[in-house]
Amino acid sequence: MDKQQVLEMLVELCEDEIIVENPDIDLFEEGLLDSFGTINLLVEIENRFDISVPITDFNREEWNTPNRIAGKLAERQ
Amino acid sequence: MTPYGNIAFFLIIGLLLLPTILLGLRSKSAKHYNLFVSLIVLALIFGHSLNGSISLILFTVFQIVLIMAYQRYRLQQNSGTVFVIAVLLSILPLVLVKVLPILGLHHLFGFLGVSYITFKAVQMILETRDGLMKEKIAIVELAYFLLFFPTVSSGPIDRWRRFTKDFHSIPSSENYKKLLLSGINYIFVGFLYKFILAYLIYNYTLIYLPNNTYNYLTPFQGQLAYMYMYSFYLFFDFAGYSAFAVGVSRIMGIQTPINFNRPFVSRNIKDFWNRWHMSLSFWFRDYVYMRFVLWMTKKKWLKNKFTISYIGFFLLFFLMGIWHGLEWHFVVYGLYHALLIISFDKFERWNKKHKLWPKNKWTHAIGVIITFNAVCFGFYIFSGKLF
Repeated sequence: MDKQQVLEMLVELCEDEIIVENPDIDLFEEGLLDSFGTINLLVEIENRFDISVPITDFNREEWNTPNRIAGKLAERQ
Repeated sequence: MTPYGNIAFFLIIGLLLLPTILLGLRSKSAKHYNLFVSLIVLALIFGHSLNGSISLILFTVFQIVLIMAYQRYRLQQNSGTVFVIAVLLSILPLVLVKVLPILGLHHLFGFLGVSYITFKAVQMILETRDGLMKEKIAIVELAYFLLFFPTVSSGPIDRWRRFTKDFHSIPSSENYKKLLLSGINYIFVGFLYKFILAYLIYNYTLIYLPNNTYNYLTPFQGQLAYMYMYSFYLFFDFAGYSAFAVGVSRIMGIQTPINFNRPFVSRNIKDFWNRWHMSLSFWFRDYVYMRFVLWMTKKKWLKNKFTISYIGFFLLFFLMGIWHGLEWHFVVYGLYHALLIISFDKFERWNKKHKLWPKNKWTHAIGVIITFNAVCFGFYIFSGKLF
């Protein structure tokens, strides 16, 4: 898994190219991700990278930008 | 004694917390002293009723045993059935408290704060299931968390992993000073909200509404005025209480999450639920809606993921409705909010395609006005005055 793949996944899920343009954007503040989007994200993470993130471990303060999500996933690999 | 109910309560905890403050300002740990204060204040809150005290003690012991037993089990095994049984056992007392009165058994069991303690206990079982509770939990600390006196009666609902971090950290003198000042600030916001604004709204408007306006208002205007005044009353009363709870927690070094963030300027209904009774709505979001949607998505029983999400919203708001009480107006209140959220979600997705509702300050202002009125109508249902 590299960062590029994570960004591609987020672009598909959020349907917005801004993720590549500004990978430090706050996905929840900007309305790109909500609780429903989060579930789809967790399912996709499991499908694509075989990393299982429990919902209770996904807190919005630490998983709020594309860069941070990529970082968190890299830690878990 | 009702928590934050009268000036005597504030004077007593003010005195009891003096050593806490002195220790904090010298950057010394006050956690043992705070445990002692908690015991005294809990005795003050619950001590007037023997029945209530015994219920509370038995209930807390039951929850602690359940959490510890499930944690021990989870370290070795992870069966779904055991997990479901643990959750059901944990909410059983709350269900009994809600159902027994309907069966005419009023005084058998029940006490202040039973639902808020249940929320914390269930949360611990869910997080244990998710494998996030691997460290050994000290019984005293768990009891302190479940019965943390500033929030014991009506929240805000804290999270264990956050709480325990605060419990063990000793802020520097400088940081404690900030915590103390913000705590005192919250308490004064609480006085303003609960004892001034909510009091005035109640005594100068609500007691005359909707029908005793001496023909000053038509019946329809009376109902309308009631709807808005009741909404404001509800906010100032509960946000005031929550500010007390947050303020006292901070003085004790615990940064209990806030419950309200200017809910009446929400730009849409989703935004509203991120600002109103936040610790409760986040609890339902994380532990009911998201878990349900994830579980359904993985089971693949339904193809359309939006249908799953909508069922999830219905489940969330239905449970939130009946949690307030097993009465029709609470059920309808819940379903009303489920409908609002689903309609907004459909609109949001439609607009993503058609882009007919741009994002600017005008649409923002219109959004705030619509949301405010929709929310006030919800509180009108909630008040029970409609039916």
